[in-house]
This record gives sequence, structure tokens and C-alpha cells, in this order.
Amino acid sequence: MSGRSGDPRLLDAGEAALVVEFGTTVDPAVSDRVLALDDALGADPPEGLRERVPTYRSLMLHYDPLVLDRATLAARVLSLAGGATGRTAARSRWILPCCYEARHGEDVAEVAERAGLSPDAVVTMHAAATYRVYMYGFAPGFAYLGGLPGALAVPRRASPRPPHPANAIMIGGGLAAVATVPMPTGWYVIGATPARLYAPERDPSFFVGAGDSIRFDQIDAATFAALAQRASSGEPVARREDEC
Amino acid sequence: MAALVIEAAGPGVTIQDGGRHGFLRYGITAAGPMDPLMHATANRAAGGALDATAVEISTGGLAVTADGDAVAVALVAPGFRVALDGSALPGSVALTLEPGQTLAVRAGDTGSWGYLAVSGRLDVAPVLGSTATHTRSALGGLDGRGLAAGDRLPVTGAAASAAAPERLVVPWLDRDPAAIRVVLGPQDDYFAADQVAAFLAGPWTVSPRGDRMACFLDGTALRHAKGHDIVSDGVAMGAIQVPGNGLPIVLMADRQSTGGYPKIANVIGPDLGRLAQVRGGAQVTFRQVSIAEAVTARRAERDDLREAPAREPVVRVDFASDFLLGLNLVGGVTDGRG
Repeated sequence: MSGRSGDPRLLDAGEAALVVEFGTTVDPAVSDRVLALDDALGADPPEGLRERVPTYRSLMLHYDPLVLDRATLAARVLSLAGGATGRTAARSRWILPCCYEARHGEDVAEVAERAGLSPDAVVTMHAAATYRVYMYGFAPGFAYLGGLPGALAVPRRASPRPPHPANAIMIGGGLAAVATVPMPTGWYVIGATPARLYAPERDPSFFVGAGDSIRFDQIDAATFAALAQRASSGEPVARREDEC
Repeated sequence: MAALVIEAAGPGVTIQDGGRHGFLRYGITAAGPMDPLMHATANRAAGGALDATAVEISTGGLAVTADGDAVAVALVAPGFRVALDGSALPGSVALTLEPGQTLAVRAGDTGSWGYLAVSGRLDVAPVLGSTATHTRSALGGLDGRGLAAGDRLPVTGAAASAAAPERLVVPWLDRDPAAIRVVLGPQDDYFAADQVAAFLAGPWTVSPRGDRMACFLDGTALRHAKGHDIVSDGVAMGAIQVPGNGLPIVLMADRQSTGGYPKIANVIGPDLGRLAQVRGGAQVTFRQVSIAEAVTARRAERDDLREAPAREPVVRVDFASDFLLGLNLVGGVTDGRG
């Protein structure tokens, strides 16, 4: 254990990955520290650092131990973590079009029933909030979002529902998500966006990063179809607000 | 132009390079070889970069024919049964496939994975910088899927040699399958000391339901001290997570980038292939090592691969008759050639 309070814990995941743990819960302040360290290492990566994987509460650093030894990496991390307590890099703010109509928002009625709200209230509340991208995980381009209004915090399903369509907007367990690749899921599908957060053939394949914020702009099914057509040829249909 | 044509491929035969690196932060699985050391050895023997594109062969087996021009290949598949147009060869062998010749690789008594590398380059279009196949997200390889009969893999810069097949001398692949080295953590503190000791004592039986994503272990269930849910964090290849039922799962090449179960230990890099090669039903134990020991093992592995493996003449290889009968079945796919 380090002497200085507030230092992250350094946990080994084998000899080629180091977990820098800032906390054990989902907490925006913890996420800020994770992302600040991610930025600092990304701005000046030590040779031998191969990948940085931010999560809600920790930053996993994959490294080549024959190039970068653990002690050097650990010292660098602790020095940067001591200085960086706030977010340093500019974060992008995105507006994603989202269609909540029943053909896309397959589970809106079910969420409404569980939350004791009307379907319209579910949609209005979801579309009014601003979300933070905490991390990606689970599947390609699966973005975990914080900022879901408390009234929509229904638990996830006890057993998974059939695969959701591509680019689903989902909620569950107090979080929101954008899920690009169809999968069975325990979350509730309340809409879909024509914006493809992940498109392997497009350059860049990803445009929303961990730490960015997202708002959803409600569109109807006809607009969805038109935008989806444009997005399929690689055209961006998400809008970017001023950087904050 | 030279090409390898797939005559037969069992389930789980895929294209793999060194893995799709740099996109874990977007949820993209690295994939890459199940046995990184064996994959690199095959590439070294074929004269390519250690992380070059090669064919990963499962126990489902593979038969390939050269087409157009001759193709020099290095096959590293210890324990597998190998034949060139019906003539038996050792499991690790360098040879030139003349056009029309068929190399057949079938599961033997041991070994789960083998690798076929070419001199020159297997011409597969990279996706996100890599040719590695991840079938669950349909990325890489040929349309993100396993190989199948009729697939054609062009070979750029194919080399050929008039030399007869030669056995590859790869002593570093004679690995003890039973003792897998691990570094404890990152969540070993979710288990009481006696449970960590029980984990290390084992033994654990490798379940037959494993695949490229995970190796499931059966044995005496471990008890968690602080529950079995954690807020998701990153997952390295070889992470040993313990879900609610207490039976460890080792996350392998096709693992997800993050996960939400406590991870009691991580298999060290040099022993990933050693574990991957263990067949369902066999037992393993784990042995705790320090980071320094793991790095030393990694350095030794790198040194083994500095030079191309030595080659020696092939001595006669005998097969049981059931294997030869099986080869005839595969040969039927190739229009009775050979």
C-alpha cells in the first residue's frame, strides 16, 4: 500500500498488464481520475505501453515487460496520478439521433410498466438527460453510459431477451448503453440510433471516446430510415456540439 | 498466382495473426492465436514475422492443396497426425507443397491447436489492422468466419524449395501440460487465504466445453470472501475469473475486453499455449510465480525464437490403420488425388 491517501491501487493482471484501480464503484469522480490518467499516458506514452483500457473505476495498462518494466511503469503511473485529479483533455459532446417508436423501442412499454411511468414519460426523460460515456466493453462498440435519470433505473432482466437490432439504445441496472452489434441482452431496448458508433470499414471506425458526453435527439421512424441510409455509406449522422 | 485451397476444415479452423491490438478500449477483442508461442514458431520456421498471418488448426483438422504454384510451408502441430498425399509426416515439418499436392492434418492423441505458416505472405485483408479472426463479432479472417472447404487463400511471394520434407526441431514446445504458472491477482483479495491455497492445490479438470473464448475448469468449488460481483474492469488473456458457482474460467484469446467477476490469478504469457493445448478431460494444476519469474520465462521464450528452428531429415512415421482410413475420407474431397 502506498502512503499517500488517494493514490490508486496497483494490481497485477499477469506480467503484461497492470490495473490502476481508483475505486470499486460506479462514480463520476472516480471515472474522472481514470480518464485523467488515461489522457496523461496517452499524451506521452512510455515505450512498451501497448494498450490503455479505461473502465468505470480503473485503467488497465497492457504492456510489454521486455521493453517496459513494471517498476518503471508503476512509478510513472503514481507520479501522473498524484498530479492529475481532474480531467485534462477536451471532451467531445455528441448528439445522437434516436428513434423511440415501437419498431425500434421494442421494450419501452415494459420499462414504463416496471418504472410506473407512461411510455411517453420514459421517452421524454431519457431524451432530456445528458450521458457520460464511462467505458466500452462486452462487445465491439458497446458503450456504457452514466447519467440515466433515477426514475428509469429498472433492474436488468433476470434472463436475457432475444438479440437486439444493431445500434440499439438500451437501459438497465441504472445505466444506459449504446449497443452496436446484435446480441442477446438482459437490458431493455428503448430505441435505436442511425449513427453507427462502430463501423469497422469506416475511418475512423469509432468516433465517440470514453469520457465524451452524449445527448439523444428524438426522431421519427421515417427520419431514422433516411439517416440510416446515409450512415450506411459512411456519412456521419451524429452531431458534435462545442468541445467543453 | 500461388494459393492454398482448403479441401476440408473442421470447426474452429481460423486465420490468425498476432492479434488485433489497440482497440480493446472500444470493446474490440484482440483474438490472435490460442498458443502464441506455437504460432510464432511456425512463422519463424516459415521465414515470416513472428506475428504474421497463419492458419490455426483445431482438432477438427485441415486439408489444403497448393494451387497455381508451389508453396513452401511450415506446419507446427505436435501431437497431430500429418500426411502429404497420404504419406505420413511428423507433426512439426517444413515442406514444399507442389501444385495439386494435399497436406492433411488431423487430431492425434494430444494437442488442441496447430499452426500452418507460409513462406511469403497469406494474402488476407486486414480489418482494424489485423487479419485475426474473431467469429463472435464476425471480424477478420475470411468474412469473420472459420475456414471451410472451397476457400482459397492467395499466397504473395510464395517461395518453393526442392528439398524433401524436413522435421522441425522445436524443443521449447515440449511443455509440461500439467503445471501452469500464474501470477495472483488482480482480485485475489476477494478470496480467503485457504481458498487461494485450494486454487493452487487443485487439481482442476479441463472441461470439454471450452473454446477460443474460455477454458472451463471443474473441481472443488472455491468460496468467495466478498461476493462474486465486481464493477467491471479490464481482462487480460489468461485471466482466471471465478463466477458465482466457484468454478474457475480461464479467459483466452477471444475473451471480452472487460468483465465483472473477481479474477483470482492470471496465467503468465509463456504458459497460455501450454494451457490452450490441454484437451478436455485432462487435469492441470497451477503454480504461483512472481512477476520477475514470469518476465524471465518470457525472455527465454523470445530467445528461443531468435533463430529459425533447426531442421533434420524425416524418419519414417507410422500411423494406425484407422488414421489412414480417415485420410482416404479426406482424400475423397480432393477428387481422389494421391
